[in-house]
Amino acid sequence: MSTSSPPSRRFSLPLRARLATTVGGAAGRASRLAGRGDGSVIGGVIGLRLKPDLLSLLARGRQVVLVTGTNGKTTTTRLITAALGALGQQIASNAFGANMEAGLVSALAKAPDATLAVLEVDEKYMPAMLTATTARVVVLLNLSRDQMDRAAEIWMLARRWRAALAAAQVRVIANADDPLVAWAAGQARQVTWVAAGQRWHDDSWCCPNCGSHLRRDGEDWYCGECPNRRPPVRWALVGDEVIDPAGRARPLDLALPGRANRSNAVIAFAVAEVFGISTAQAMDPVRQVRSVAGRYTQVERHGTALRLLLAKNPAGWLEALDVLVPPPVPVLLAVNAQTPDGKDTSWLWDVDYRRLRGRPVFVAGERKLDLAVRLEADEVAFRMVGGIDEAIAAARGPSMEVIANYTAFQQIRAVLGRVG
Amino acid sequence: MSESGYRTGPGYRGPSAIRLVWVYPDLLSTYGDRGNLLVLARRARLRGLPVEIAEVNSDQRVPVDGDIYLLGGGEDLPQVLAARRLAAGGPRAGLAAAAARGAVIFAVCAGYQIVGTEFGGAEGEPVPGLGLLDIRSGRGERRGVGEIVADVDPALGAGRLTGFENHQGVTRRGPGAKPLATVVTGVGNGDGTEGAYAGRVAGTYLHGPALVRNPGLADMLLSWVTGPLPPVDPRQEGLVLQLRAERLAAQGAPA
Repeated sequence: MSTSSPPSRRFSLPLRARLATTVGGAAGRASRLAGRGDGSVIGGVIGLRLKPDLLSLLARGRQVVLVTGTNGKTTTTRLITAALGALGQQIASNAFGANMEAGLVSALAKAPDATLAVLEVDEKYMPAMLTATTARVVVLLNLSRDQMDRAAEIWMLARRWRAALAAAQVRVIANADDPLVAWAAGQARQVTWVAAGQRWHDDSWCCPNCGSHLRRDGEDWYCGECPNRRPPVRWALVGDEVIDPAGRARPLDLALPGRANRSNAVIAFAVAEVFGISTAQAMDPVRQVRSVAGRYTQVERHGTALRLLLAKNPAGWLEALDVLVPPPVPVLLAVNAQTPDGKDTSWLWDVDYRRLRGRPVFVAGERKLDLAVRLEADEVAFRMVGGIDEAIAAARGPSMEVIANYTAFQQIRAVLGRVG
Repeated sequence: MSESGYRTGPGYRGPSAIRLVWVYPDLLSTYGDRGNLLVLARRARLRGLPVEIAEVNSDQRVPVDGDIYLLGGGEDLPQVLAARRLAAGGPRAGLAAAAARGAVIFAVCAGYQIVGTEFGGAEGEPVPGLGLLDIRSGRGERRGVGEIVADVDPALGAGRLTGFENHQGVTRRGPGAKPLATVVTGVGNGDGTEGAYAGRVAGTYLHGPALVRNPGLADMLLSWVTGPLPPVDPRQEGLVLQLRAERLAAQGAPA
């Protein structure tokens, strides 16, 4: 194979790989037509069965950005894609969050001519996907407790990241405010540290290096027992402003709500810098992102304006509760415990729901009883409902906020007709 | 915070309050462990019993005058650190001294292993525990992940347990400890039993908020402090009983 980029990447693939992507693409279309999903996984699954090293083949010759962490992957992937749009090139991306190998394969196969790829990756698979794609940039957002019945324990995960990054030739963009992430990136060769903030502290009270209690002093953190401390940062989020490497502050003024998304935007600017794109160039496209895979979307339903927020783990719930419109706007919470959600609902007890006191709260989802017992313990008044329409009918207000975990969110979107 | 480190609320009535101590939430709180604290506090208050709560991090001293001590779950490294720090004060300090004066200790998952004589560290190496419960734990062949149902020793009157387990531990009891429960479905200690107890020290592999679906177990711990308790107003526990019945039914086990 020639080292220069061929005009159409599809024809640089070996015959079997071409066949694999064609068959896979057809399956993806069939899956969408059959209403079985958005088609972003099935094609990749079939393709990989025909050609197990398909991802490496598809990634060859492209500049790949991988985005991983427990929270904010899909949104950050979207923001980075928007920022890199300034290059005027086609970008491959798994924009709907299919973040295991098959999802990555589908995203690349669907955009054979894209020389850039921005791909979110499940945190467990990051080391393997880093090798397979020989990524140019990997983004590490955060690490916190997440679906522990199927995910690895996070200290173990951080150890695997650390080993993989120490061995790789990749530019790491890492959140310096998350001690576990900082440690995981600590032996990487090239790191851009970003002060992206950390709202959820409950998984980083201890030094990942030696286990001593970490000290915190404002944004700073350091270990009292070993040299581990917050690295000096190149980019920072301060309030609603991004501080660039030259120390210039610019207001973010995003269409997306919340501090977590402001962090994600700053990360996107740090990635854009690697590709020679200035913050000024990237700012408008990043600002204009309004909804991400149906999240943050405003939807009208029976005269009520709904806003949909996805929250999959305690850190995500904390951030979702942060962006709620203040009372008396009612809130619907929906929780399931299917495999993608994690079958263990213990995490409900890590979320502080007391902030929901004093507004109408509706509870739905397959595990609404777990949620009901949790709210009762926090002395939050609520009403259990069979679904979104019952909540709308009961609240009869102009607007309602909806927070749901993964499959509960998908179910609500299905009721609303997959808008956004 | 009062001088002794307990958080006091409007219901504070001095020494008559039940003093709950959450031990090392910075190291031993993996997934919803706070639930046990909230459930004990709620069920005490529903009987009009005032509660004081102390959350004690691993850089603080564990008070000796608590009534109920809670230890949660943790990953390998934090578990070893927690055991080392808890043992550092010797037998006349902290948790060991509290146990010696008859305080109630309820330990979950990694915490359960820590209160035993020995457990397996990150590489499976034996690590000394606190020796408050005559059990030894090691690492099993595979991880036990899923719902667990177990029947508590009838002598304790706490009924059937329903919960979630997520561990790779295998635990053997010495003559000084009895099994807390007999497994109906799930893994537990690995020999058909679940958890262990001796005197007022009890441990279980039900992880995280183990007391949420098991109000009988929560009341057992409270009654070890207060003596027999009046029943809870049924309106205040209808949801918990519904949740319990739903989860047990999902496992094909009646409540």
